Amino acid sequence: MHLAAHFPGVDNTTVWADPDSGSQIEFASFEHLARTAERGLFDFLFLAEGLRLREHKGRIHDLDVVGRPESITVLNALAAVTERLGLAATVDAGFNEPYELARRFATLDHLSGGRAAWNVVTSSDAFTGENFRRGGYLDRAERYPRAAEFLDTARELWDSWTPDGIPRPFAHRGRHFDIAGEFTLPRSPQGHPVVIQAGDSEEGREFAASAADVVLARQRSLEDGRVFYADVKRRLAKYGRAPGDLKIMPGVGVVLGDTAAEAQERAAEIRRQQTSPQTALLTLEQIWGVDLSSYDPDGPLPDIDPVVDPALAHGRTRRGDTVAIAEKWRALSKEKGLSIRETVIEAGGRHFFTGTPEAVARELDEHVRREAADGFVLVPHLIPGGLDEFVDRVVPLLQERGAFRTEYRGTTLRSHLGLPEPGNRR
Amino acid sequence: MLHLSVAVDQQSAHDADSYVALARLAERGGFDFVTLDDTFARPGPDALAVLSRVAPATSRIGLVPTVTTTHTEPFHVQAAVATLDWVSRGRAGWRLDVSTTEGEARLFGSRQAAAADALWQEAGEVADVAAKLWDSWEDDAEIRDVPTGRFIDRDKLHHVDFRGTSFSVKGPSIVPRPPQGHPVRVVDATDGQARRTAARYADVALVRAAGAGQAADVRAQLRSRAAEYGREPGQPKVLASLLVDLGAGEHAAEPGHGGGGPRQSAQGPLYRGGPVDLAELIAGWHGEGVVDGFHLVPAEPLRDLERLVNGTVALLQHRGLFRTFYPGSTLREHLGLARPANQWAVTGGAS
Repeated sequence: MHLAAHFPGVDNTTVWADPDSGSQIEFASFEHLARTAERGLFDFLFLAEGLRLREHKGRIHDLDVVGRPESITVLNALAAVTERLGLAATVDAGFNEPYELARRFATLDHLSGGRAAWNVVTSSDAFTGENFRRGGYLDRAERYPRAAEFLDTARELWDSWTPDGIPRPFAHRGRHFDIAGEFTLPRSPQGHPVVIQAGDSEEGREFAASAADVVLARQRSLEDGRVFYADVKRRLAKYGRAPGDLKIMPGVGVVLGDTAAEAQERAAEIRRQQTSPQTALLTLEQIWGVDLSSYDPDGPLPDIDPVVDPALAHGRTRRGDTVAIAEKWRALSKEKGLSIRETVIEAGGRHFFTGTPEAVARELDEHVRREAADGFVLVPHLIPGGLDEFVDRVVPLLQERGAFRTEYRGTTLRSHLGLPEPGNRR
Repeated sequence: MLHLSVAVDQQSAHDADSYVALARLAERGGFDFVTLDDTFARPGPDALAVLSRVAPATSRIGLVPTVTTTHTEPFHVQAAVATLDWVSRGRAGWRLDVSTTEGEARLFGSRQAAAADALWQEAGEVADVAAKLWDSWEDDAEIRDVPTGRFIDRDKLHHVDFRGTSFSVKGPSIVPRPPQGHPVRVVDATDGQARRTAARYADVALVRAAGAGQAADVRAQLRSRAAEYGREPGQPKVLASLLVDLGAGEHAAEPGHGGGGPRQSAQGPLYRGGPVDLAELIAGWHGEGVVDGFHLVPAEPLRDLERLVNGTVALLQHRGLFRTFYPGSTLREHLGLARPANQWAVTGGAS
């Protein structure tokens, strides 16, 4: 089993109103979570990215955590206070150039002794583009092809020096990039930093199968997880890759208790905290596409129908067919007699692995043994201490079951993940 | 107050340990800051990354990487510099530079490089938008107000709506205002094209000058231009930048150099001699009020830095000319620079 720790960013995962919720920006918080993850022998720490603050109804969204440091810079600093933990940064290929980004990741890999990973995302929307020279111009259909060529180009650069450390000129001429020169660094300790991909779509799955080492997946039930797992793994053969060459790791929340009932109660409380009355209304507005600020979050759902193409929110993932969702939510509210806030919690709230440490260890293990996952990215709801309890109480049980390592065997992230060192293609 | 900084540049070093060792040595000597140069044109790791790696291994010394402005995204650059300030708890600086060669342009898919004048004007715009983005969060923007469910007071976050000659940025930054407000901006003002940008935006200007008279001239020009831009007197701080080769011996200066001052070399003004004579030179120029301090670039990094710390600095400390400990914790405090007011909070600019 592989484990990673996610430092939650700017959505309502983090219960910032909790007295135990610390700074989301000071280095000490990142250091705490990284040290906890390394104490738990985790494979890697994972940082997300957002290049434009989210907006709602034309104003900056203020209900969730806002703001974070730049990921690669934080990870370089974390390399100084950890020794084995992998360090993964999300960076949008759409707003970067291959030469500079390949160099930044190669530098992280060198400075950390082979622990760097890049979560490749590709958005390039006009809203985010307003912060950048290049703007946001890419057609949806062009995003994955550009990202694939970007990654290919980065790999050419990472491979461009001879094994004896002599720079060789490179030239890449493709549809999206036409560059030439010399790279500034020798091949890094891992050869190539580990590549992560988080797309759930058809194109995302195919891109992952062709080019990624790790897939970050949505949390699913055991059965749905098995279907997803089989679907992604079967795509590998086409690219000459073995099933073990790509690890599937869903992002999950874990809530522990001394008894099952206590854990359930804590989970319900966390869901309630994650969905404040204001957040409940805002979530509803994203679906209805109209101002609902006059509604009582503890009252019934609106009678009015949602507008078909809501454009209130910027910088968020679209919610799909909002009319259908609204219909579903209304039915749920009616059936169970739920208020707006209760409906949002029930329908939109997160699902956790909930139970005693023994039960959670057993369930996680089952997901891996039954091929629904190769491991998990744990998403704490509190920073910085949100994974302390998992590391202290669940990791030892996973080790007892023989499901998780009892020491780091190698020094690189590739070795933790059991990934082969990539061949030098030049 | 005398200010001293030192370069930790090394040939073909890309492991962390050697940089950490040099920065710690410089910190033991009480230097205001270390610099690490960077360009896309020659081998070496990303400088800002290296100094981020160094930050947790040091506690007081300022960290000033070169980050170029020609082929990079201003929004990314300011976020990375702000983050260096966060991870170092207020010790970040940023040495701005431009990429003038065709070779660098080819790495980014362009066929030709723009003229240095235009590139330095753009660098000034990048310095300007960076400060605006650092200020795009007021210091007390994070409120965590439970009754209203608000994490931030969004009236204290600001779109910057910057329009430059070659780029525009909407804002606000994704990174809250860094501990120093504005990390310290450093510009090498030796070349004429860079001087206007330095006068307007630099907190610290470096001047490669072989003679005290030349350094004094450049400083006077920088200060008078800075005044035209409405800056406070005494800004920017001006440091004489010298290559130093202390391999020739503990005391004896090479005849005609050392005690006689630096001479021009192909790489710039070079001081070759002993650490004691170098201390004399530093005390002399500083005592005459020619410069605010020095930026020293060792020919042989470890050897020369050891000699600087144990010889030159020790002597300056003994004479009471240089600090023996760090009274402050941020780079601005070391340099005697106030933490800047937030331009939005002052003017009450609308979001």
